[in-house]
Amino acid sequence: MLATVLTAQPVPPADKLSAPAIDYGAIMPVLIVLGAACVGVLVEAFLPKHQRWPVQVVLSLATLAGAGIAMAVYLGDESTPKNGVITLAGTLAVDRPALFLWGTLLVLTLGALLLIADRSVEPGGAFVAEAAIRPGTIQDRAQVAGTGMQTEVFPLTLFALGGMMVFTSANDLLTMFIALEVLSLPLYLMCGLARRRRLLSQEAAVKYFLLGAFASAFFLYGLALLYGYAGSVKLADISNAAAGTDRSDALLFGGLGLLVVGLLFKASVGPFHTWTPDVYQGAPTPITAFMAACTKVAAFGGMLRVLQVGFESTSWEWRGVLWGVAIVSMVIGAVLGLTQTDVKRMIAYSSIAHAGFLLIGSIALTDQGLSGTLFYLLTYGFTTLAAFGVISLVRNADGEATHLSQWAGLAKRSPVTAAVFTFILLALAGIPLTSGFVGKFVIFSAALQDGMAPLVVIALIASAVAAFFYLRVIVLMYFSEPAADGPSVTVPGAFTTASITLGVIATLVLGVLPAFALDWAGSGTFAFQ
Amino acid sequence: MTPTYYLLLSALLFSIGAVGVLVRRNAIVVFMCIELMLNAVNLTLVTFSRINGKLDGQVMAFFVMVVAAAEVVVGLAIIMSIFRTRRSASVDDSNLLKY
Repeated sequence: MLATVLTAQPVPPADKLSAPAIDYGAIMPVLIVLGAACVGVLVEAFLPKHQRWPVQVVLSLATLAGAGIAMAVYLGDESTPKNGVITLAGTLAVDRPALFLWGTLLVLTLGALLLIADRSVEPGGAFVAEAAIRPGTIQDRAQVAGTGMQTEVFPLTLFALGGMMVFTSANDLLTMFIALEVLSLPLYLMCGLARRRRLLSQEAAVKYFLLGAFASAFFLYGLALLYGYAGSVKLADISNAAAGTDRSDALLFGGLGLLVVGLLFKASVGPFHTWTPDVYQGAPTPITAFMAACTKVAAFGGMLRVLQVGFESTSWEWRGVLWGVAIVSMVIGAVLGLTQTDVKRMIAYSSIAHAGFLLIGSIALTDQGLSGTLFYLLTYGFTTLAAFGVISLVRNADGEATHLSQWAGLAKRSPVTAAVFTFILLALAGIPLTSGFVGKFVIFSAALQDGMAPLVVIALIASAVAAFFYLRVIVLMYFSEPAADGPSVTVPGAFTTASITLGVIATLVLGVLPAFALDWAGSGTFAFQ
Repeated sequence: MTPTYYLLLSALLFSIGAVGVLVRRNAIVVFMCIELMLNAVNLTLVTFSRINGKLDGQVMAFFVMVVAAAEVVVGLAIIMSIFRTRRSASVDDSNLLKY
């Protein structure tokens, strides 16, 4: 009896599971970033406190360089397929738009990381020495004057970057959901780590966390309904199912609606923007720069893929709704931006208006719409990065002086800073010879070609209204007398200077010579499989 | 018993969670309501898995559980830090950032 049991051959299962093929060359940049993030956690665990900062900075910068080189090698390889590969059992699509977004994210994170690592503007950096210190206590006053820093910020940034990269190339909704959480959870934490104004920072973290988790629950319910509709969460399967299935359309449109609410929240579009001004204001400024530039790129990258790959065949039904959302977003951003008295909040409302413009490009389901939106994300990221870099320089004894009245007469105190900020504001407004103009031009022309003329007219009016509040700041800086007890402009160290220079030069170059970036953005479409 | 009832139940649980997030004041309770929403989604996924006759819906529920656990870690850490400062977990007390 025992012998028969021992000698009996195991019955092979009916359909044997086989390990999915992995194209390591294609996903190497993501592997490098996430691997280095894990190494960063180990650095925190095993190195003494005073050695962590230099090691983390070198590790993070080397990671970004390594990931960039891995991507360049992959792109330069002759055998790389032009229309992209789908790997890891169909969950990741590494195609031209994904690679463009990866490149954008890597460069923007480089800029944000330089701001995060900076210790010249404030001794010890913009981050709290120990997150557990209670605000208002003796220890808190001591850490404000000290030079310690919670260096977990660096691995958290890399984890968020890894999540963003996966998010832009996720080819099924479950991968997208996991990536959404991987990018969000570090951001929630980093929002609460400001060195000064700890109460505001912690409040921003709580608000961002509760609203973000609420929105991802909606995303997930949308995923579940679409799974019920299509029997799969792969974008291509959902698209095929929409062409012919006996399931109810209520599942399809209910699922799509909930899914898009989650995405619009992350992209801080229109009526789902309520967290944006509070979080932008409360978070440490380098983190605000990182969020404003990179989260927007990731969220719109994911939204483009969902809409173009998964739901293009049903665009008739949902496009009208997103028209309305784009209009609401532009109007809210432009009109409420007028009433702001804080520079960071003003840029936050500007980002809501820009999200409306980006949504116009995303719902133009053409190749021009895709390449225009990608290009706009690139330009907007650089400009907003430089904007927050400059904002971190204007300070008084309490830290950053972000109230607009404190910026009066800034040109007399520091002509260079005022000139740089003027250039950035003009780029945000979309004045010719800046990248903002080219970005708006390509998006609006794509929208016109796709028959969205009324939307373009509203967008032009909104950008004119928004231009008013940018110009108001310029007038304030140049034509007002500086207050006697006004803030001073800190002379930045190498890191912040490099970051602002990167943003400003990219804004200028993409405005004067946009052809190469436009070519790259338009070099291919989403892989569909 | 048809699986449709489970879909209705999960929709109901999801709605209870969503309403709870909107009306409750305590950050911990708000957070528990979000967890309720996630678990309602798990029920939906498992039910659809049964209807479709495939197992991947059940596997997805595992992914959701792991994500929910990670979210608890981060969320409670944030709520704890603000509670230690303010001695209150009410979301109405966090009102420094506005307009």
